[in-house]
Amino acid sequence: MPDTHTQDPAYNYAYLDEQTKRMIRRAILKAVAVPGYQVPFGGREMPLPYGWGTGGIQVTAAIIGQADTLKVIDQGADDTTNAVSIRRFFARVAGVATTTATPEATIIQTRHRVPETPLMDGQILVFQVPIPEPLRMLEPRETETRTLHALQEYGVMQVSLYESIARHGRISKSYNYPVQVNGRYIMSPSPIPKFDNPKLDRSPALQLYGAGREKRIYAVPPYTPVKSLDFDDHPFEIESWSECCALCGSRESFLDEMIVDDQGKRLFVCSDTDYCEGRR
Amino acid sequence: MSDTLLAPGLADPAHDAQRLFRQVLDAMSHPGRIVTLDDAPSGPGALSPAATAFLLTLADRDTPVWLDTAFDLDAVRSFLRFHAGTPIVTTRGDAAFAVVSFDDPAPLDGFAIGTDTFPDRSATLVIEVPALQGGAPRTWRGPGIDGAARVAIAGPCEAFWRECAANHASFPCGVDIVFAAGNQLIAMPRSIAVEA
Repeated sequence: MPDTHTQDPAYNYAYLDEQTKRMIRRAILKAVAVPGYQVPFGGREMPLPYGWGTGGIQVTAAIIGQADTLKVIDQGADDTTNAVSIRRFFARVAGVATTTATPEATIIQTRHRVPETPLMDGQILVFQVPIPEPLRMLEPRETETRTLHALQEYGVMQVSLYESIARHGRISKSYNYPVQVNGRYIMSPSPIPKFDNPKLDRSPALQLYGAGREKRIYAVPPYTPVKSLDFDDHPFEIESWSECCALCGSRESFLDEMIVDDQGKRLFVCSDTDYCEGRR
Repeated sequence: MSDTLLAPGLADPAHDAQRLFRQVLDAMSHPGRIVTLDDAPSGPGALSPAATAFLLTLADRDTPVWLDTAFDLDAVRSFLRFHAGTPIVTTRGDAAFAVVSFDDPAPLDGFAIGTDTFPDRSATLVIEVPALQGGAPRTWRGPGIDGAARVAIAGPCEAFWRECAANHASFPCGVDIVFAAGNQLIAMPRSIAVEA
């Protein structure tokens, strides 16, 4: 059952003022209308530093309401610092019910993972994004990347993937793996492992992405094709492990490697704590 | 109600606007889905409750509103100015939001469609139609739709749908449309292709 909380009356509902929420809401609607395009918005100072999910928090604050149940994960886990502090933030400023169970949540704010449990129609997945521009490491100028997106001129990205194959024999990018949304915009899926990329494709849930420092919001509507970039002779592949989860025995989930003693003994466990607990 | 009295806006602005926004977001992310706004306030003049709710939820002093002839009434203008603080503009190209009649001779003409580099700088049109069902059914495809949706909005003529096709063809530029009737709406972002 979700945990219930009471709103701290010292704050406006969900922390942000109404004018700011309207501005973010308008940006979200434009982001949904142009899937994968990064909409600039007037990002606000939040009571935690950049890099801790200020973009995701602003998106969540603009959409969350009394009827919602919120789940927050950081690297798949509900009990890590970032997840705990953001969940407590919204419990306090929005008095919203919180949960760790993926199917119970109406809004899931996430850092660096997509839950293993398939999402449903009506759920909203809010991603925290550090660097929204997928071309940034290839072209530092914003004016230039904006033009490349306008012209759909993505050769530079294909070349970088090709160079990876020439150097390493395969596309070595394992997280933040670039995708093309509905055959148009190339988009950064945020630093999720490429293992999660297939879950973005035609997902019944709405995906919203918020970048606080860079002040960008973008979105993938439900059932929208999301293709991981690849080549005919080097098709996109996800990670696999020869081990299974030491706690639940799953062979299908994304595994974290843990060092458990001073002799270097290793253990693999599910990164998604809710999924793992549900299987034990 | 007396013409001199202003119609009421949202009773509980923070929570009503949040609920209404989520319903608008649901519509925009599921084009073709009929969304019923239970909390929509009855609007001034000929403005439908759905259009009223949409504007009170999203419009403010940063978003100029353009009103089609049927809605360009004192009651509507003063309602929007008082409750939302929106500037009312007479030039279509200046508007962030617009309320348009389905039988306007050039319903999509002249509104901002954004630029190739900033396609988000485009207008969102609320098109008032007689009903969201009962018209000639059309097939909608695109992001937010699982395969195809059959939508039968009543009112707009063939020429209107040709304009929508041209709007879709200019993707990523283009206006986004919300069809309103009574307290219900259907969204049609520019990403949606409509077939007869």
